[in-house]
Amino acid sequence: MARITAGVGSSHVPLLGVAVDQGKTRDDYFGPIFAGYDWTREWEKAEKPDVVILVFNDHASAFDMKIVPTFAIGCGDHYKPADEGWGPRKVPDVEGHADLAWHIAQSLILDDFDMTIINEMDVDHGLTVPLSMMFGTPDKWPAKVVPLAVNVVTYPVPSGNRCWALGEAIRRAVESFPEDLNVQIWGTGGMSHQLQGPRAGLLNREWDNAFLDMLVGDSDAARWIPHIEYLRETGSEGIEMVMWLIMRGALGPKTRLLHRHYHIPCSNTAIGHIVLEPED
Amino acid sequence: MTQAPAIRDIHAYLAELEDIPGTRVYTAARARKGYHINQFAMSLMTPENRARFRADEAAYLDEWPISAEAKAALLARDYNALLDMGGNIYFLSKLFSSDGIPFAEAVSTMTDMTWPEYRQMMLDGGRSPEGQRSIKGGY
Repeated sequence: MARITAGVGSSHVPLLGVAVDQGKTRDDYFGPIFAGYDWTREWEKAEKPDVVILVFNDHASAFDMKIVPTFAIGCGDHYKPADEGWGPRKVPDVEGHADLAWHIAQSLILDDFDMTIINEMDVDHGLTVPLSMMFGTPDKWPAKVVPLAVNVVTYPVPSGNRCWALGEAIRRAVESFPEDLNVQIWGTGGMSHQLQGPRAGLLNREWDNAFLDMLVGDSDAARWIPHIEYLRETGSEGIEMVMWLIMRGALGPKTRLLHRHYHIPCSNTAIGHIVLEPED
Repeated sequence: MTQAPAIRDIHAYLAELEDIPGTRVYTAARARKGYHINQFAMSLMTPENRARFRADEAAYLDEWPISAEAKAALLARDYNALLDMGGNIYFLSKLFSSDGIPFAEAVSTMTDMTWPEYRQMMLDGGRSPEGQRSIKGGY
């Protein structure tokens, strides 16, 4: 049986990918950010997940405004890094796990989640930056990836409750897959940031840390946070944090904290990172 | 599991989204209004289109069903005006990336700060949400 063994939350700021690609991860600006991921990179080497279900959002790379799927799951065998306007990142291609992905897709649809199926797409920084943060710079990514793209750009985006419930359904789907697989789920994006308008640059250390607190233990308080609270407290792009709730929901009723990191700023954004495991 | 506080009144939900100071939430209404602005910006994802745009920006824009007002805002790189017309920052970023301007610098042009001032604000911990949460509530 496949099992979800851990959950990871992480920001996916594109500038982090630039820092990795230009070898700046230990300079004065980026050093404190990347130091907070050292623990996780070592832990991943020991954990050796077979598959990562990677919850992310596309930033007008694979999708434009022609089609806006709320929840879309990648069921392909491989994905190439997207050209986001300055050439694709020089990182390995991402290998999918089509068998598991199709199993999850079918299970979710039968579980009342009307998923969009993606067979082909390029993946942008939303997906490749977390891979770099957690796995460093290998010649080949050490895990297969099931991409799960969420619309967090065009309102209404899915509610926190719906995201959490999707996570719960993903857990059920994974546990009904017959092959023995060590599966992790990563929720990415956030934390507080606003990239637009006169209020741009808003960050909220206190709120972000309260959100991290809520992911640990048996509280489900985070699933009930309304969109307007993310907007008021964490900036217009802080809403990406609903994607962390898919990860949290997939870990079951209770979690144990393994690692946590927070740093301000990276470009316009507050960096948050957490590693959790399900607790029975 | 407790009962979800479901959104029962879509009009109240949408009205709240307009209550954030200095912010244009990318609602369906804005997405409809700005559709061609955003699709134009998306077209700059290919090197060929970027080259054609650079060669004659106004002529390139004339190929799109975009209002004269929006064309002027695009030519002037007036991002706040473009947000008002339904532009979305992830799409507009294709334009400032084509200009070779870093994301944070482009973002700073929408504030009342210079780029060095904005960069310093971020290093100092970012903009506080104090007094920036609600227009009506003033908190």
